[in-house]
Amino acid sequence: MVLLTRRTEFSASHFYYDEKLSEAENVRLFGKCANRNGHGHNYTLEVTVAGAVDPVSGFVVDLKRLKDVIEREVVSVYDHRHLNLELPEFKTAMPTTENIAIAIWRRLENKIENAELTRVRVYEMPDLYAEYRGEA
Amino acid sequence: MKAYLGRRYRFSASHRLHSDAFSEEKNREVYGKCNNPFGHGHNYVVDVLLSGQVNGRGMVCDLAELDEFAQREIVERFDVANLNLDSAFENRVPTTENLCKEVFRVFRDGFSEAHLERVRVEETQNNYFEYAG
Repeated sequence: MVLLTRRTEFSASHFYYDEKLSEAENVRLFGKCANRNGHGHNYTLEVTVAGAVDPVSGFVVDLKRLKDVIEREVVSVYDHRHLNLELPEFKTAMPTTENIAIAIWRRLENKIENAELTRVRVYEMPDLYAEYRGEA
Repeated sequence: MKAYLGRRYRFSASHRLHSDAFSEEKNREVYGKCNNPFGHGHNYVVDVLLSGQVNGRGMVCDLAELDEFAQREIVERFDVANLNLDSAFENRVPTTENLCKEVFRVFRDGFSEAHLERVRVEETQNNYFEYAG
């Protein structure tokens, strides 16, 4: 079993606001991120898959095909979008880095041939990242 | 659902690698340039990985609380400091291995909002150390 990680980037805007709470409570919990005009990040996405090395090609997966799946399922949907306003997964869930990692996992799950999705890591900025590994 | 949250903190500190258990010659042999009696410094990066169930706010833990803890307990303690003078290194050489274990201990004992998975300390861009307990 070998792990393979593909890194890619997308830029998107979001905000954190819980409609069930007051404006003051939202500001207390989320600070500047509660501004409903939104703000943006250059996200870095790392997708890790695991699989056996094909004895002929020497690949776990064809990197080009993995890249295409990530582009089709995630980047084309998230890049230059407002996550709160345009993505169905964030109609009810807050687009935190944790929830973005979980949502991307769900978008990629069962879409990658010949390898098992093992980790989705999302960097909101170089010093802050979240991971989901498919655990309950 | 269980997710992981990683956060990086930075501080600059000096140290000298020297063990009283070794002779002067042996110290020079083991630690090389790092044994310079005047010490030297690094821009350290601490990468803390926490885990937990994602709460109703979509978070493993409150980032502001984590940042406040790390600032108070790690950055203020080690930034622009001489590690050899820190109480943790009274009887231990301030290698980045030992620094990594000390940072792990501080988070494990003092930050209970999420499970501590591991601490990574980067001494330079080309070498880093990890401890997971």
